[in-house]
Amino acid sequence: MKRNFMKTKSQTTVACLLLLTALAAPSSAWAHIQAGEAAGFLSGVLHPISGWDHVLAMISVGLWGSQLGAPAVWLLPVSFPMVMALGAMLGLLGIPLPGVEIGIALSAMVLGAMVLAEKRPALWIAAGVVGFFAIFHGHAHGTELPAGQSGLLYSAGFVMATGCLHGVGIAIGLIHRWATGRVILRVAGAAVAVAGIFFLFAAFK
Amino acid sequence: MTHMKYQPTRARCGGIAAAIVLLCLDCPRAEAHLVTTGLGPVYDGIAHLALSPADLAVVVVLVLLAAMRGPRQSRWLLALLPTAWIVGGLGGLTFQITASLDWATGLSLLLAGALVAADLNLPLPVVATLAAIIGGFNGFSTGAALARTPHAALELLGILVALIVIVTLIAGVVVPLKAFWMRIAVRVLGSWVAATGLLMIGWSLRA
Repeated sequence: MKRNFMKTKSQTTVACLLLLTALAAPSSAWAHIQAGEAAGFLSGVLHPISGWDHVLAMISVGLWGSQLGAPAVWLLPVSFPMVMALGAMLGLLGIPLPGVEIGIALSAMVLGAMVLAEKRPALWIAAGVVGFFAIFHGHAHGTELPAGQSGLLYSAGFVMATGCLHGVGIAIGLIHRWATGRVILRVAGAAVAVAGIFFLFAAFK
Repeated sequence: MTHMKYQPTRARCGGIAAAIVLLCLDCPRAEAHLVTTGLGPVYDGIAHLALSPADLAVVVVLVLLAAMRGPRQSRWLLALLPTAWIVGGLGGLTFQITASLDWATGLSLLLAGALVAADLNLPLPVVATLAAIIGGFNGFSTGAALARTPHAALELLGILVALIVIVTLIAGVVVPLKAFWMRIAVRVLGSWVAATGLLMIGWSLRA
């Protein structure tokens, strides 16, 4: 009996994932750059998820994208990181941005309100709103690199973490296709907007 | 004669997943450039891309750019990128420089990442030229850094091997992606790389 050992596409994919996992294994990275610098990636990943203001605003971007549907659902997550990086660059270069914390609080408030009201503005307006707030979030990330850590890995970490938060929002937003889901999404938007008001008070203190 | 097609069972997939988790949990630390492991300069070169996130990101984003355009462009990239990298590397060994070129690496990431995110229908000559320039430049940068090591040429040989393997594997995964959402995932990845490149420019300007 002759057995055919042709590899399937799924096997090839798994093999590639295995190799990429090995390449990305964090402890190897410690070897090449100076000890402590690789912690920058972890710091970057943790930064956007360490504050509820960032988390809620990023998830709201995903929720709103889901409500808006294509092409906004994928255009916002594609454009957001680049605009956010622009804001981070301003922070890196020491260019001050007034009211960063207020801007972040407002982002949660406005984006939550958009989800609550299920607003469907033109795509360029939605992208403009999200991009405007992305600058504030980026500036906050850019100015808060812990000393002695790798800037590149920190940057990659916070960009990826932000993107994953968008993904979480989009995944949750999939319930929008059901009537009950639409109501739940609007309630979630209201909760984010209320949290945004709380963050705004905290920013003014 | 019976032909049995290899089907991945749930148990087999579970085993592979467990292997990945174990690999993540128990990856031994590679000491600096593998010198203490005694594996030699060729393996140092092979490990170089795994230990240099910026260089690896450049390679990945160039492969994504070509692979999204199909197998023809990917085949050209497989020939061009390693060649350009090695030619640039030899140039770096010859004309050693000490200045930091991080800003240019960041620019490479920004440009190539933005093109992946935009998913423009670029013709082959444009992608080939871009790959040759970016590959050549990053090879030059690598060569200049390797010039301080005693067996730089052998390390470059190792890098060549790693480049061919990585380009082949990633192109092999990305070229068959036809589903709309998969292309979107690749575009999102491109935007992440572009954002990281922009930030890398910021870091180098700040330094």
